[in-house]
Amino acid sequence: MLLWIAGFIILLIKLTIVLGVVLFLAGYLVWVERKFLARLQIRYGPNRAGPFGLLQPIADIVKMITKEDTVPDGADRTFFLIAPAVVALTALLMFSVVPFGKDITLLGQKVPLVVTDLNIGLLFVFAMSSLSVYGVALGGWASNSKYGLLGGIRGAAQMISYELSLGLSLVPIVMMAHSFSMVDIVQAQQRYPFILFQPVAFLIFVVSAMAESKRIPFDLPEAENELVAGYHTEYSGMRFGLFFLGEYVHIMVFGGILAVLFLGGWRGPFLPPVVWLLIKIFLVALFMIWVRGTLPRLRYDQLMTLGWKVLIPLALINILVTGAIGLIFGG
Amino acid sequence: MTLYGILFYLISAAVIAATAMAITRKNLVHAVVYLIISFFGTAMLFYLFGAPLLAALEVIIYAGAIMVLFLFVVMMLRAESSHESVFPPIQWLPAAFFCLIYVLVATAMSVRTPGMNVPLKMLTASPRQFAVYVFEYHWFSIEVVSILLLLALIGALNLGAGKDAGSDGEPTDYNTDPAGEPPAAAGSGQPGRRSNRHGVEDEK
Repeated sequence: MLLWIAGFIILLIKLTIVLGVVLFLAGYLVWVERKFLARLQIRYGPNRAGPFGLLQPIADIVKMITKEDTVPDGADRTFFLIAPAVVALTALLMFSVVPFGKDITLLGQKVPLVVTDLNIGLLFVFAMSSLSVYGVALGGWASNSKYGLLGGIRGAAQMISYELSLGLSLVPIVMMAHSFSMVDIVQAQQRYPFILFQPVAFLIFVVSAMAESKRIPFDLPEAENELVAGYHTEYSGMRFGLFFLGEYVHIMVFGGILAVLFLGGWRGPFLPPVVWLLIKIFLVALFMIWVRGTLPRLRYDQLMTLGWKVLIPLALINILVTGAIGLIFGG
Repeated sequence: MTLYGILFYLISAAVIAATAMAITRKNLVHAVVYLIISFFGTAMLFYLFGAPLLAALEVIIYAGAIMVLFLFVVMMLRAESSHESVFPPIQWLPAAFFCLIYVLVATAMSVRTPGMNVPLKMLTASPRQFAVYVFEYHWFSIEVVSILLLLALIGALNLGAGKDAGSDGEPTDYNTDPAGEPPAAAGSGQPGRRSNRHGVEDEK
């Protein structure tokens, strides 16, 4: 019983730390994005609140919380209120299977440095990512606005299309690691990160994951010049903030999963494991901001063609090749 | 009652309640959402029974993919609420009849099976064990199901390709009467790549 309580307390501590760190970093990722994007566009970005605008995220949060939380006339009230939470919650839950270090021993007990080591960790990520569609689709539908509805429909279509290539691109990783567990996948990259063996899977995964997070060049659900703001047109205050938060947490989750699956997770020389994981997440986030500052938005049919006619067949061929090589060389 | 027992009854009650709500809602989007909750509850039950792989697949495939398509279609057609009675007798009478038969058979089976009252051992099937079992003992069913899915895919492509597909000489199945196609093809939009996409999605 005592052991059980101790385990529970350790779990609570891990949850608190992970949640705190992820939310804090997501807030500052907004600042990083605004600064970096500004530099790409030869501007300064936020520089009024605190040195280098470092207090800007806090000012933003205060603004969002104190703003009026409006629900439009004719909106489906319940769904309208819940939808942003679905987006933020599913993004946060995905982080619970990302390992951030080797097991440590505390008072004779082994404590794994991951919130939960599910033996279906990778599938859990997919399950959460497929549920996050509902936040977008229902949020758009419940707003009772044509822009919201169009954004929601686009979001649903885009996310189910890219989820397939996302899932298929990771099958070779599972084949090589012999496990769905994120901890085992990091273990399997003891000598070489998987990006060296699976460059094609890496490319497919990066493109699909960017489409899943609905950012430029895949931000059709919120395309400003046609849909105002897409599925979150009618949202204000902290509910809009939750959509926003969900997007940035999603970037971090994407960075974490990419690091775990292709870049060796927390492995790296000299520095402690957690620092390595954070460095990798940060680099992935910077890359995504860079892409946002570089590429224009795809057209809707280009988006669908890319997903169904390029990425999915490529992912299937990649699985076939990996299987064949595994058979021949006994990998 | 153990903690697992309490969880089982709580989740089962939630699943039944959500399913009941799903079939009685007039607003289609609400019905879809209740059905998603029901699938999610079923996934939790699978997890409780020690089948984490099935739980994940239930969420990914049913709650995540199939219901998104339902929602997508409902939102696209804007068929949000029907004004007719939700349950015309012609629908609920056969449903009630089959329900009754199911309840009778299930009760009979559970009464006649020996060892019904013995609690099963707590076990967890890892994805590997599950896969080995399925592909060792049920490989034939899996092949049949995959052929069925492949046929559905080809059929959906054929319908979605529209009238101009014939000129391409596509080696698709033309056993169905071509005259019967135009209404279905008209429903899936313009010919060409866009309707093609719809065809693929319909299958999934």
